[in-house]
Amino acid sequence: MQKVFTRPRSLKDIPTHYCPGCTHGIVHRLVAEVIDELDIFDRTIGVAPVGCSVFAYNYFDCDMFQASHGRAPAVATGIKRVLPDRVVFTYQGDGDLAAIGTGEIVHAAARGEKFTVIFINNAIYAMTGGQMAPTTLLGQKTTTTPYGRDKEVNGYPVKIAEMLSVLDGTAYVARVSVHDPASVVKAKKAIKRAFEVQLAGLGFSLVEVLSACPTNWGLPPVEALKWLAENMIPYYPLGEYKKPAEVG
Amino acid sequence: MAKILMKGNEAIGEGAVRAGCRYFFGYPITPQSELPHYLAKRLPEVGGLYLQSESETAAINMVYGAAGAGARVMTSSSGPGISLMQEGISYLAGAELPCVIVNMIRGGPGLGNIAPAQSDYFQATRGGGHGDYRVIVLAPASVQEIIDLMQVAFDLADRYRNPVMVAGDGILGQMMEPVELGEEKEIEIPPRPWAATGRMGGDKKLISSLYIVPEELEQHNLKLAQKYTLIIEQEQRWEEYQLAGAKLVLVAFGTAARICKAVVDRCREEGLAVGLIRPITLWPFPQKAFAPVINEAEGFLVVEMSLGQMVEDVRLTVNGRRPVYFYGRCGGMLPVAADVVREVKKLYGGEGQ
Repeated sequence: MQKVFTRPRSLKDIPTHYCPGCTHGIVHRLVAEVIDELDIFDRTIGVAPVGCSVFAYNYFDCDMFQASHGRAPAVATGIKRVLPDRVVFTYQGDGDLAAIGTGEIVHAAARGEKFTVIFINNAIYAMTGGQMAPTTLLGQKTTTTPYGRDKEVNGYPVKIAEMLSVLDGTAYVARVSVHDPASVVKAKKAIKRAFEVQLAGLGFSLVEVLSACPTNWGLPPVEALKWLAENMIPYYPLGEYKKPAEVG
Repeated sequence: MAKILMKGNEAIGEGAVRAGCRYFFGYPITPQSELPHYLAKRLPEVGGLYLQSESETAAINMVYGAAGAGARVMTSSSGPGISLMQEGISYLAGAELPCVIVNMIRGGPGLGNIAPAQSDYFQATRGGGHGDYRVIVLAPASVQEIIDLMQVAFDLADRYRNPVMVAGDGILGQMMEPVELGEEKEIEIPPRPWAATGRMGGDKKLISSLYIVPEELEQHNLKLAQKYTLIIEQEQRWEEYQLAGAKLVLVAFGTAARICKAVVDRCREEGLAVGLIRPITLWPFPQKAFAPVINEAEGFLVVEMSLGQMVEDVRLTVNGRRPVYFYGRCGGMLPVAADVVREVKKLYGGEGQ
């Protein structure tokens, strides 16, 4: 019998620690499929900093670095500058990338570092217990905004894809979602393009992935996907914010 | 080979290049500026990379990435920047990554000033970041010793898979002295089978300091402790100066030790039996240097450019068997030899009085 669906080579055959309905699993799989399809598994190095995905090294079967909170782009810079012929990616959450690690991500992008960033935006700090993230929407209730995020107190959510796309060092910036099958297919295309941009040596590439956190949003998995579509996408429009002419 | 005149900060750079270091990541801060200036020019000449980071936090994490990818790598800074690097140094120690970190110590706390000081001794030797770990600390006292110790620093980092700090100060960095560079050697960097360089057909490698299961972290901590014990046994370095028959033993490192050598000479001329122990490794502290003199010496005088930090290690070593005195200047001020001599005479109870 012909096998039509199988686990990507780049993912290990073990259960993950992610909660039911969490979309990290989908994104891990997309990244792994792209690594397999581009046939770069043997020369890929991943960097997973602090956050729910800090254990990503248990799931990705390529060489991995665990990094401190927010510093993955600096660690990836060190790796890629020493090993320019390898493929390097970071896998970062929104607290990590858009709060404590803003300095590192902005300057890695500005330098045009030739690695790929997978940025998970789920509008919350998940691992530490559902606190407000820089990407938490106005009015969104979290454990540290029990009355909803108030712009007078906490200001506004940070739009990373828009921000980084204006830097000359960025070659490819896209925002995608994984809340339904059609979006998942588009998300994979964007992730593949980001890796292709790196392989072509064109500069910094980042894919922001709108992602669901049913546990910390306090919603059942299906409703969480619906909440993402209805609330996050209007504030965080999907699309390719920047792409080089070389990529179709 | 002829001697040439070199500044201390430049000697750190040249010493690093000659030790096979090809990667430098750093952020500007006084008083170590001549070092990045030198390496920004020198590293490209040897096919290396000088990269200016957006902060010291980023610099030390670039070092983490480069070291984990198998490179001989260094960074440098001064007090405030070294404080920012502490989280990264803790991660480097936890993940057992070799690297060299230079601290040209300036006056603190806070912004303090840019004058020479030794007040980062605690931070350097007590593991300035979080967790149970140690960093090997080397304290050169001359430009020639900088050249020699840079090779030692990289070799120790590799041998023990541990960060090594080279601790100097603004005087050492700015001072020009004649140095013998020797022949430039082809450096063979030891193989790094643990480095995460992409699997390339091999086993999966992981660079990490995360051990979420307490039993596993305890095992990791105990493994590190074994390494630290070995370093304490094997790597204590010091210089002895006029210790024969010394009744009063000065203990000082780096710039303060140079001043103390002049103090010893002056005292000896006046017939005072004074000698000097100059720790070259601040961690491991050279306890072995004290065993031969502890019986004959009547006391120890520790001289530092701080309010007294190394004096605690001397007291731990002497362990109450002899009195341990302290004289220091702080805030970027230097001990003057005449003042130290006066201090010696106050303490000296022997034939000199």
